[in-house]
Amino acid sequence: MAGLEVRGLTKNFGGLVVSEDIDFDLRPGDRKALIGPNGAGKSTFANLVTGILEPSSGTIHFDGRDIGRLGEARRVKLGIAKTFQVTTLFPKLTVRENLRLPVLERENRGFRMLRRADGDPKVEAEVEALMAQFDLSKLADRQVANLAYGQQRLVELALTLALKPRVLILDEPAAGVPSGETHLITDAIANLPANLAVLVIEHDMDLVFKVAQSIVVLVQGRILTEGTPREIAADAKVRELYLGGGHG
Amino acid sequence: MRNLIAPLALILLGVALFFLFPYNLAFATRIVIMVILVLSLDLVLGYAGIPTLGQGAMYGAGAYAAGLFAIHIWADPFAGLIAGALAGAILALISGFVLMRASGLTLIMLTIAVASICHEIANRARGVTGGADGLRGIRMDPVFGIFEFDFIGVTGYWYTFGVAALVFAFLVILVRSPFGLGLRGIHESPDRMMAIGAPVYWRRLAAYVVGGAIAGIAGALTAQISQLVSLETFAFALSAEAMIMLILGGMGRLYGAAIGTVVFMWVHHTAAANDPFNWLFVIGAMVLAVVFFLPSGLISLPAAVTRLIKGGRNGGA
Repeated sequence: MAGLEVRGLTKNFGGLVVSEDIDFDLRPGDRKALIGPNGAGKSTFANLVTGILEPSSGTIHFDGRDIGRLGEARRVKLGIAKTFQVTTLFPKLTVRENLRLPVLERENRGFRMLRRADGDPKVEAEVEALMAQFDLSKLADRQVANLAYGQQRLVELALTLALKPRVLILDEPAAGVPSGETHLITDAIANLPANLAVLVIEHDMDLVFKVAQSIVVLVQGRILTEGTPREIAADAKVRELYLGGGHG
Repeated sequence: MRNLIAPLALILLGVALFFLFPYNLAFATRIVIMVILVLSLDLVLGYAGIPTLGQGAMYGAGAYAAGLFAIHIWADPFAGLIAGALAGAILALISGFVLMRASGLTLIMLTIAVASICHEIANRARGVTGGADGLRGIRMDPVFGIFEFDFIGVTGYWYTFGVAALVFAFLVILVRSPFGLGLRGIHESPDRMMAIGAPVYWRRLAAYVVGGAIAGIAGALTAQISQLVSLETFAFALSAEAMIMLILGGMGRLYGAAIGTVVFMWVHHTAAANDPFNWLFVIGAMVLAVVFFLPSGLISLPAAVTRLIKGGRNGGA
């Protein structure tokens, strides 16, 4: 079966259960969002799926293959990529170099020692195309540390797409981005390849309602409910959680 | 044309060293050997961001391997270099399996421990290494079968300089390669490298092994030129000094490693000759000044001066 299939996923740190018995599916072309209050275990779930954490029990299948025990790098090679909650880039490298690296890694050229990193016209063309797609061409030779945060977010998105992933997990893509620049992120997500499976973890409800076809609500490590944005907006338990809990 | 200026300047520096110390070619040779060791450290620490105070372990392993190889197997200099490189690489590989799982201070401590263990092994294995007396009786064949190692050290200097130039050229290629870019990536953000599917552990191990091989070459040269290997090759002071030279010149810059080493050794030499009691003060002051005013090392001096002049103009306006 194509896509990501999570069954009975549980993670505990000692006695603390942070993910409990989670069933979750993500198919090619899906646009899902994962929401929930702070400490609900959203990032933990993302880390379990990408292999940063190992599950205590439960299974994760990708295209029918059990990937629950594979390391992070192996899962990336299979096509599961993520952006971080806090932008994680190569700050002292230029935008161009930041995008060149994932392309080289995807092509398994990372151990090549005697050729120039910038010597392959195909790789360079791909890097140029990515920069053009995210409107970064003018910043190509700037260090990413010197870019505005919203631009850094775009670089991270471009970098992740350079891996040509089939599942993309965006951990709070709009976190820390000034409200004036949020539309850059929303537009970029809206323009992602149609057959890509996308999971957005987000606090920003505006963004969630704009990009997601389906929303999963996570509370204290468990799935509370799942539904279309309209259903979720009308759901009494969710309203109570968000309005009553003081979150917005 | 512009791309040729830096390499030419470096070659000129090498030639200049030869004429600056006509009666002390042994010292000029030692500088060039140190340049190789510091270059190896630059790859490991400056590019890959692996903190180590034990680069001397691979240097010493290379020295003993080349010495023993020359005594017992074959006295050809280049074969000896390969023996030294292999010894450095193998030690880096074996110790690296464990070391590359650690990071930060733990890693630094472990690298010091590896060098100390090597020191102790060399000390105990008297029958093989000569222990505290050092490994003696190294007689090298002529370079290319033609150039005898002479008493003054002319052959030794040019031989060492040639090897250093090759190592430097190799590293220039390496740091521009996908592997080199990946090392800078790991240095900047291991998490991000992992998240683009790079096997960070194996990449770091590979860098450590290549760095070990180069340090081994430096050690082998020492053994061949001085015809003696002492326990001092494993000394902590050597690894520490190499790091200071690298910081002085500029980490993550190959030219920085070369310049830092030459300046450090030269100042060290001159200061120690002029004032045997206070030379350490001169060295300390120099390092402090550079760290304060040129945090990116001496290699950044031209850029800093340019900025100062430009800034002065703007400030005056």
